[in-house]
Amino acid sequence: MSHVKVGIGLPNTIPGASGALLVEWARRADAGPFSTAAVLDRLVYDSIEPFAALSAAAAVTSRVGLATNIAIGPLRGTAMLAKQAMSVDALSDGRFTLGLGVGARRDDYEAAGVARRTRGAVLSEQLAFVRGQLDGSGIGPVRSIPLLVGGTSGAALGRMARYADGYAHGGGPPRAFGSAANRARAAWRDLERPGEPVLWGQGYFAFGDPDKGADYLRDYYAFTGPFAEKIAAGNLTSPRAVKDFVRGYEAEGCDELILYPTVADLDDLARLAEVLA
Amino acid sequence: MKVTVVGAGPSGLYLAILLKKADLAHDVTVLERNAPDATFGWGVVFSEETLGALRDADYASYLEITDSFARWTSIDIHYRGQVLRSSGHTFSAIKRTHLLDILQRRARALGVTLRFGAEVAEAEPAELVVAADGSNSTLRRSGSFGTSVEPQGCKYVWFGTDLVLDAFTFIFKDTEHGLFQVHAYPFDEYTSTFIVETRPETWRRAGLDAMSEQESIAFCQNLFATELGNHRLMSNKSIWLDFPLVRNRSWHDGNLVLMGDSAHTAHFSIGSGTKLAMEDAIALANSFVRHPDAIEQALTDYELERQPVVERFQQAAGDSAGYFGRVGHYLSLEPIQFAVNLLTRSGRISHANLTQRDPQLMRVLDAWFASSTTPGAVAPPPMFSALEAGGLTVRNRVVRAGGDLAEAARTGAGLVLTGFVAVSPDGRTTPSCPLLDDSWAPVVAKVHDTGALAGVRLGHAGRRGAVRESGVDVPLRDGWPLVSASPLRYAPFGAVPREMTAADMARVRDEFAAATSAAADLGFDVLELDLADGYLLASFLSPLSNKRTDSFGTDRLAFPLSVVDAVRAAWPGLLVARLTVTDWARGGLSVEDGIANARACAEHGVDVVHVRAGWSTAGSAPEYRRGYLTTLSDRVRNEAGVRTLVGGYLTTPDEVNTVVAAGRADLCLFEPQPTPLEAAL
Repeated sequence: MSHVKVGIGLPNTIPGASGALLVEWARRADAGPFSTAAVLDRLVYDSIEPFAALSAAAAVTSRVGLATNIAIGPLRGTAMLAKQAMSVDALSDGRFTLGLGVGARRDDYEAAGVARRTRGAVLSEQLAFVRGQLDGSGIGPVRSIPLLVGGTSGAALGRMARYADGYAHGGGPPRAFGSAANRARAAWRDLERPGEPVLWGQGYFAFGDPDKGADYLRDYYAFTGPFAEKIAAGNLTSPRAVKDFVRGYEAEGCDELILYPTVADLDDLARLAEVLA
Repeated sequence: MKVTVVGAGPSGLYLAILLKKADLAHDVTVLERNAPDATFGWGVVFSEETLGALRDADYASYLEITDSFARWTSIDIHYRGQVLRSSGHTFSAIKRTHLLDILQRRARALGVTLRFGAEVAEAEPAELVVAADGSNSTLRRSGSFGTSVEPQGCKYVWFGTDLVLDAFTFIFKDTEHGLFQVHAYPFDEYTSTFIVETRPETWRRAGLDAMSEQESIAFCQNLFATELGNHRLMSNKSIWLDFPLVRNRSWHDGNLVLMGDSAHTAHFSIGSGTKLAMEDAIALANSFVRHPDAIEQALTDYELERQPVVERFQQAAGDSAGYFGRVGHYLSLEPIQFAVNLLTRSGRISHANLTQRDPQLMRVLDAWFASSTTPGAVAPPPMFSALEAGGLTVRNRVVRAGGDLAEAARTGAGLVLTGFVAVSPDGRTTPSCPLLDDSWAPVVAKVHDTGALAGVRLGHAGRRGAVRESGVDVPLRDGWPLVSASPLRYAPFGAVPREMTAADMARVRDEFAAATSAAADLGFDVLELDLADGYLLASFLSPLSNKRTDSFGTDRLAFPLSVVDAVRAAWPGLLVARLTVTDWARGGLSVEDGIANARACAEHGVDVVHVRAGWSTAGSAPEYRRGYLTTLSDRVRNEAGVRTLVGGYLTTPDEVNTVVAAGRADLCLFEPQPTPLEAAL
């Protein structure tokens, strides 16, 4: 069993979390024991844009990795998306991992004025662009950044294996991660990529006020209808639950597990650091 | 809590019992439209693990249920006029009406209110309403669950018979109309369930679509006269049905929850419907022990626990239903292999499981597989059995591909294949894509030192050429000109290829022939010709990439087969065709097309087809899972009658043993997961 690295989410999609809190959160994440500070992406929600959040984080950190896990690529123009990603990587001196997916919400696409129907094809184009079309395009800085792709469909996994370095799973119990990891590995071999895909997982936690955390998840995932309740039920609310979850993901071969806060409370961050220390 | 359960089937009654047991203060009413003794179906089957769950949930009913069980340990397979018996399985079954009687009495004793002949509309308002009213649930329509109901598998009919079987019995009967099969099992000391199943076209050819119930019984009675002897088939509203595959995205809506067949069905051929329904009841009752005052949380917990389990069973049931739909293609399998193919159909039982359950059967199978029919013969498991093909002997069934060939050979594989080797510089994928040159000779020698065969995969990248090392299909800035069947770009930013002319085709065919001769000179034993994955030859095969209006568009096989011919003429050894057998895309190659193409390859001298799928266009959507290509390989092998090699993420020796033992492929691409255990050696 290989050792799983554990990262922490920045509270960029928790409504009401101030910019100052987000910056302080990043600073403390940098102090350890976390491998990465990661962000989620929502347009039609009270949230801070992921590349902006990571730029702020880059300025107050020097060690911790930074990642979008994932950003909804097609909401952005391809060249601008590449520019934003390269910029965060330059600002953080090469600590950035770009995770991309098509997201799950219609209203984000409507608000962005982007066709949702072609989202898969657009994401493929964006990945191909970031992978190989920058040099000579005049768009810089040209940097080589690790790429992750999320999603569950065969098309998404194929896209992951074609262009990315690894897979970003969308959350769930370890067993669900393990089954997705096997599909990702199968896709990797299907496209004849050497070695293994890097596998990222994610979970949610709240220690101080679990009910508030569950309410946030119900609200954040309200668009999934009845699934919101299941996601809320998966919120990790005790040190034991966190440890079991990490161990479960490790057993399924997860390389990097991001735990996202569901309450923007620095005490929760401190407790998670203690649990993982 | 006030609870109304609609439907007094096994799960509805069992839930009522368990809720009442957990808290006698619960006010539980079960409504049933029919009379208490109305009978639908005959016997129901349980597995050992379900029995354990029933024992833990309610010991009193468990005792009564198991007291009246029919139990058996064998599976009889009637095939080609003989009966092959496999032992070591555990089954138990009970008469459905008797099970209901036990549960009704137990429920009444605990204070559950049972109302028969009652419609849903008569239900008083309750805190929890349970739809346990079957696959055609009426109550389900009053909520929003994301329900889908679609027919699955063949036509089938449930009969009873007074023939008391002593084994789970499969009968395969080939007729002038097509194949009929029977699933039959005993459920008490007088009676057995007897299900007859057949494909819809066979059913129509036999005239069963126009027969009355009595005529159809007489037909089946006559068809299975030998097996039934002087026993009779009995009807119980026995009409021919399509199995409804029921799925629901969500199993609860507010305080209304689905359970058993209203939530999900699993094809009868894995005998798990009642088992899953009663396990649902246990999980639902337990959820209310965990969350006595929080209905939403309890129902969420119930779904979280049950949905993943049910999905696995539905997957297995779908595989099993698919097997019975195509079993007519397996009638050329020898009885012992036919049996193992049948027993491993759903993916839940492997070679290793069967070896544990029925060591005799598997010793004989392994020996037969190794060509020994001497009584008492022993042989290694099928993956270590040699394969004679194309005038060569592959020492075992394990193939490794790509990477360092010599290292792959040292793993013990029988055959190692190179990755993509281009027939010409223009046919390369990336700038570092290998060509055939003298540097291969020492590699081949190293492979031979290990006793393995060395194979080279020859291809022309076509419109997938001129790409970078990073990722796949990321175009070079200054690539070389590409050719393909039609001038269509493969992936984003890729160059548009030139449509091949007749002269291009002649040149490329010559390049393949020349490379083939070079491969022979280098000492390779096996040649794998690449007709897959959207590369040049595959681009001619798929209607998605071949839009030509000339004869190479109307006969898409013409150019690829002319290359097969040229290669065959220059290659004395074992010839493998790496072939896309379906595009998994609308308007693309269907599996039937792929099987026909595989047959054509075999007719042109191909010894083994390496079954591939997808990637004729960059937008494929394969349904990945372990062994996701195995069923395709099975179909190609058994319907085109050609040997196959299959990959599809086979990571354990047991998977390889199962695939080859069951006749689903002859060779397996083995791709084990790296493990730190090896680093510790």
